[in-house]
Amino acid sequence: MASYSTNEFKGGLKVMLDGDPCSIVENEFVKPGKGQAFNRVKLRNLKTGRVWERTFRSGESLEAADVMDRDMEYLYNDGEFYHFMEPETFEQHQASADAVGDASKWLKEQDMCTVTLYNGAPLAVTPPNHVILEITDTDPGLRGDTAQGGTKPATLVTGAVVKVPLFLEIGETIKVDTRTGEYLGRAKED
Amino acid sequence: MTENFWQPTASAEALRHRARLLADIRRFFADRDVLEVEVPLLSRRATSDPHIESVTALCGGQPAYLATSPEFGLKRLLAAGVGDCYSLGRAFREGEAGGRHNPEFTMLEWYRVGWDDRKLMEEVGELLGRLLGTERMRSLSYRELFLQQLELDPHTVSDVELRDCAGREVELSFTPATRDECLDLLMSHRLEPAMGEGITLLYDFPASQAALARVVEDETGTAVARRFEAYASGMELANGYWELTDPEEQLRRFHADHSYRAAHKRHVYPFEERLVEALCAGMPECAGVALGVDRVLMLAGDYSRIDEVIAFPIDRA
Repeated sequence: MASYSTNEFKGGLKVMLDGDPCSIVENEFVKPGKGQAFNRVKLRNLKTGRVWERTFRSGESLEAADVMDRDMEYLYNDGEFYHFMEPETFEQHQASADAVGDASKWLKEQDMCTVTLYNGAPLAVTPPNHVILEITDTDPGLRGDTAQGGTKPATLVTGAVVKVPLFLEIGETIKVDTRTGEYLGRAKED
Repeated sequence: MTENFWQPTASAEALRHRARLLADIRRFFADRDVLEVEVPLLSRRATSDPHIESVTALCGGQPAYLATSPEFGLKRLLAAGVGDCYSLGRAFREGEAGGRHNPEFTMLEWYRVGWDDRKLMEEVGELLGRLLGTERMRSLSYRELFLQQLELDPHTVSDVELRDCAGREVELSFTPATRDECLDLLMSHRLEPAMGEGITLLYDFPASQAALARVVEDETGTAVARRFEAYASGMELANGYWELTDPEEQLRRFHADHSYRAAHKRHVYPFEERLVEALCAGMPECAGVALGVDRVLMLAGDYSRIDEVIAFPIDRA
């Protein structure tokens, strides 16, 4: 496997550290005017999501991590595993609840998402930035209150709970930003 | 990418600020009768500093090096009797790039004949105070800073204790090999960021970090390098020395640097033997300092990255 030297470190580069695949978040070159150069690096552990800080001697290298992002279609959850399919090859992958993590609350069957593979197996799942989901539970709507700014919680078909305007009803579909969990608007039904 | 890479990364306002800063610096020295001189940027000789790499060019088919500082030329002029002098121009350092580094940068370096490091340090404080528009200034020794922040004396602490401290304070991917490596780590990761606002002048460095400064016993009988550094808002701005004038000691340090570089598999450049000859002919007692002008501009204009004060940093140069 290839390796990368500190001067090649940049945001998004995938490397191995302490046996875990990590993504470089930040690389700061530190050098006293008279003295040795170091690289102060922030890395996200792709298994745990935790951010590590680590200082290297400039010129040190790390092994590349066999990590890649693939666009896949979410198929179904069998109660234990989440199943995804690569749309071109029809190759299927099963991901554990650990790997899917918080993404599970946005996953709707047939939606495309990004699956991060580590040594060929799913390590993490990123939902699409915007999803369209049906409201399955919320307090009754207040007619004529479309202009007011009030919100109420609504449970979506995937189990996610988001704050929505008071006028929305059960059965309506809405657009949500999965990065912030924010309601973006009513979805237009084609 | 939607960015236009032909464009400068610095705003027109930053470029105007740079021009004012350069004019202010020249006025400061004109008022004090310090002579502006120009020395070669392209030379057959290069620095021997163990931690600085030179950019190599070709001139007449032979390797030539871009100056990492104007030091050698200025010292030869001092030996030739030119008196107080300064250079305000570019310097180049291979491999130094980041939020506070660009391989090509602007350096101010000046020498005061008959002065020692303490007196020059005051002048550095005065110039920085004026350029940064601040009166907040403190000076303390390297030992005092370590005692205040880490409760250890950098000159006398045991190797084991020092290594433990570096390992505790900094998340390391390696075990520090030397005392200086530990001290550099603590300084850059722990002490610099804690310096806070205003100007900090730090003096009397460990003798092992003397570079081209004299080594003298301090009031406690510890051998210290008569060097100083200036910081503002946790950023290193200047490095000053009570200069070595002894040619034999100079030659010994060049050789020591070369041995270190060879042992660490770093390129060994031809050193400036003409500096040794100039010292033999007699360089006057003097103090000298180098100051990073781009960083002063960053602080004066409240810019967070060096790219914001350089029209075309290396990625666009």
